Parts: sequence; structure tokens; C-alpha cells
Amino acid sequence: MTQEAELGLRDRLAQLSGVKLLRGTKLSAELERLQRQLERLREDTSDEEIWRSVELARNEKRPYTLDYVERILDDWFELHGDRGRMDDPAIVAGLGSLDGRTIALVGHQKGRDIAQRGYRNFGMAYPEGYRKAMRTMELAERHGFPLVTFVDTPGAYPGIAAEQHGQGGAIARSQALMLRLVTPTVAVVIGEGGSGGAIAIAVADRVLMQENAIYSVISPEGCASILWRDAAQAKKAASAFKPDAAHCLELGVIDGIVPEPEGGAHESHDAAAVLLREALVAHLDELADVPSDELRRRRREKFRSMGVLVSV
Amino acid sequence: MPGMSSGHIDVSIEHKRADPAQQDGEREHPNTCPGCGSHYRDDELAQHLRVCPHCGHHFPVRAPERIEQLADHGSFEEEDAELRSADPLDFFDLKPYTERLAQAEMDTGLGDAILTGKASIDGNACRLAAMDFSFLGGSMGSVVGERFARACERAAEDQGVLVSISASGGARMQEGILALMQLPKTVVAVGDLHDAGGALLSVLAHPTTGGVTASFASLGDVILAEPGALTSFAGPRVVAQTTREKLPDDFGLAESNLRFGHVDAVVPRPELRPTLARLLRLFGARG
Repeated sequence: MTQEAELGLRDRLAQLSGVKLLRGTKLSAELERLQRQLERLREDTSDEEIWRSVELARNEKRPYTLDYVERILDDWFELHGDRGRMDDPAIVAGLGSLDGRTIALVGHQKGRDIAQRGYRNFGMAYPEGYRKAMRTMELAERHGFPLVTFVDTPGAYPGIAAEQHGQGGAIARSQALMLRLVTPTVAVVIGEGGSGGAIAIAVADRVLMQENAIYSVISPEGCASILWRDAAQAKKAASAFKPDAAHCLELGVIDGIVPEPEGGAHESHDAAAVLLREALVAHLDELADVPSDELRRRRREKFRSMGVLVSV
Repeated sequence: MPGMSSGHIDVSIEHKRADPAQQDGEREHPNTCPGCGSHYRDDELAQHLRVCPHCGHHFPVRAPERIEQLADHGSFEEEDAELRSADPLDFFDLKPYTERLAQAEMDTGLGDAILTGKASIDGNACRLAAMDFSFLGGSMGSVVGERFARACERAAEDQGVLVSISASGGARMQEGILALMQLPKTVVAVGDLHDAGGALLSVLAHPTTGGVTASFASLGDVILAEPGALTSFAGPRVVAQTTREKLPDDFGLAESNLRFGHVDAVVPRPELRPTLARLLRLFGARG
């Protein structure tokens, strides 16, 4: 590249911050969110608060999917297996009754003691887990049951068998299916929303995060070991990519934050469940009024417009 | 894990040289074949489509050269060239993200890790989307997602075919959660393309991993892969660290993905253009 061209480029790039931001699509409805993001000030969520979220999201006393199922649903029938190969305990699925209506629920499941952790594979699903999720989505669609998903995973399992059984394809197809549903969908990140393993079941009409949940493209440790070449810099990495609920809301990635009891959800599973139940019922009530084709159209438009870019 | 067998089929393969774990250590000259050690002048390699004439190793191909290899001469018209990444997180690791972007643009002459546009292949009109691994590891951020999605939408307008050639380490960390959101964004776009009667031919080049594997690249109506290409969700290093198991020699490679049913064909590079032309004709002759 000539020196002149290089200078021109540097110049143009220097101007980037002043350039008008364009949203991914032509939608003006998204502009308001963008405005909020633009006006974001340094004084918001501090690095310490972000790291506190990371720690709380991973707290081993934090309620997991089945802890909420027990407290939120009036009836629960668990479904097992992907109808092809196996039952993946890292993802639970089932039918339940919430506030008088039948819903289908899919959620990552972590284990609390050593044996359970191993059994649940730390909430890291195999492709079979995502296929179980998909067949539950199909079931919900067939019968018009709203779909609720709970996201709580460090990520999809990076293992030999997982790759051989098509981890990437399963995550892609699970998103494709969920984005096509006409039944109402609500996803809640209740702990760790870890990358591809999370997004596979998180492309919903309403995406919520609990106050101390995190949602990110990579783990703080993973990011630190790649960009800082030192996993110990995880805290720095977390401050840089901001996985906390407040930032995710600002970026327009989620639609709402579900409050937790004082000190965090682990302080009182019951109180956390009451707050989560309220949020779920409120969102499902709102979505029930939207015509189903319109639900799907809006959902697709929402995800189609994600991202921030500039035009030079 | 109960009921879980490894499913590992023990076969010897001839693509050990493509083991990407080895490529992170000492790097040889880019024109030295990691398969057989032969060294080539740049023009020699270009003349052979960057395939080692001695042993058949497939060297990486930059996006502009890829388009030259595939598209009819002079047929390619780039679209959405004006799009650039913003820095929504003010991301700063050892360097600011904006500086990394500027450096990548200066080094590669590209605005981001994907080139998209209109083209024809052996007379068959199509849309082309070619990723470039040399731009920040081919990582997918807002621009890659947006250019890909628009390419789908343009192909959908005339019920046409989008040919994508992926080469990516995954989602772009510097765009944080918005990078993750490019997965559903491209998934929506492929779905809309399908709804409109169009098709996606997905070619997986070395390496296609992470977010790209977990989104559009796996949704092709037909999925092709280049010989020896690593095409997996998790990379071999992460898998080895997590599982502490010895990985099969062909872990995540195109040949193993063909065996496990994740790709339709492994196509050597000299065959890629004629193969795509055949598929374009087949998809173009719908009643």
C-alpha cells in the first residue's frame, strides 16, 4: 500500500467515531436503543460490578433450571432424549403449567455436588442436548404451547464426540428452528450465557437476563488467554467485553432485566423464583396478544438488525 | 457421560500435515508447504490455485484471489464495500480495537473479513461471499454478519444462489455480545433466502470454526469442504485442554466431517469451480 493511501486510510479511520452509526437494517425502531448506547457514559457499571456479576452468575449456590421449575411451575413432566441417539442431562426439557397455561420449557442444567456436576457435564450440552431442545420446540409449535428457555451454560461442550456428532450444525439448526416458531417464546439467562451454547436456545421474542447473569461471546478466561495470552487477566477481559445485564440491555441484545433478591439469587431461591415467575407471566401475557405471524416477523427482524456498523 | 460413546472410528488418514495444532508453534515461511517442505515462489503457488503440486496440500487463499479463482473473469462486482465495524464497546486489550481494525485494513486492503458481491461462475449468475482469514482471523463481527445477510437478501431477490466460502476462527471477541448476535442474524438471512426460493452453497475452507460453523456455514443446502480443512465448532486446542484426551489424527478435518455426515463432499480446489458450476446449473433449472 502506498504511503498516501495509508495516510488516507488512517484519516478515514480517525473520523470513524464521528460518523453516523447505522443499524443493521433500515428499521428506525431500533434507533432509540442505539441512541442510548451512544450516550453511554463511563460512570455506568464499574469493572468491579462487572466482575461481581461474573462471580454471582457462577455461584454454585445459585438456583439452576430445575430449582426454578420446582418453584415456578404447578405441574412438570420431564421429557427425555433426542429421539435419535441419547438423553443429554445437560439440557432438561419438559411440559409444565405456569399460571394456568401449559408451556414447554427447555433449560441448561448444572449440577450442584460433584456427582451431579459430572452427570450434568457442568451444563455443557452435546449436540444431542440441542436436538432434544429442537424436538421440544417442535412439540410446543404443534400444540401452540408457549416456549420458555432458561440459559445457564459455560458453553456447548468442546469434546471429540460432540464434534463428531455435529455440534456446530446442531447449534445452527436450533437457532434456525427457534427463529421460525409462531408460538410465543421467552428466553431468560439465569446464570452464564456462554456463547454458541447459549444462543442455540436464546433466540426468543423476549430475551431477559437476571440481574446478576452474564451473557457473552466467550468466557472471560478464554478471552484473556487469547488476547492477553494469560487466563489470569480474566477480570480485565470481562471489563473489556462487558457481559453484564446492564450493558447487554444498552446494546439492545436483551429486552429486559429480571431483578434478584438482595445479594443475589443464591440468597433466596424462593424469592428469586417469585420475581422470575412474575416476569415470565407478564411477558407471556403480552405476547399472547400478538398475532403469531407477527410474532415471528418481529423476532426475525430483531435478530436480523443486531450489530453496530458504520458506512464510510 | 452415561450412554455416551466416543464414536471414534479408527482410520488412517493422509492429512496429518493439516493438523492446525502444529501450526500455532513455529511458523514456517507461508510459501513453504507444511505437508512436504517444498518451497514455492508466490506466482508458482498462485498458478496452482495455492495447492502444493508435489503433495496436494491446500494453502490458504485470500478472499480476492478466491474470487479470481472461482468467478468468470471480470464478472465480480463487489457490494456493500462501504460497511465498516464500529467499536460499540470501546474495546481495548493490548491495543484498541479501532487500531486493530485499521491495521488489518492496511495489511489486507479489505474493509473486513468478508468480500461479497455479484458474479458468475461458468456463465451461471450467482452471489459470492468469500471470507478472508488474514483479516483478524476471519472473525465474524457486525460487518461480516451484515455483508453476509445482505448477500443472502440480494440472492433472494432473484431466487438465486449464494455461494459462500468460509474461513474463520469464529466470532469477533472485540465486538462482545454483538458478535454472538451475528449468529442468529446470518441464520435469519439464510432462512429468508430459503423462503424466497433461493439456495446457499456453503464451502468450508481451512479453518471454519466457532461461530461461523455454528451459524450460516452449517446451513448450506449443499456443504462442500476443502481437503484437510479444519471445520469444527471447537478448535483442537480447546478440546484437548477440556477433555485431556488424545485427539484423533483427523480431528475436525473435512475428511472426518464427511465420514460423520456433516459435509456432502470434500472437493479438491481444482475441482471447486466446475463443481460449483454444476450445482448452480442444477439449482438453476428448477421448474
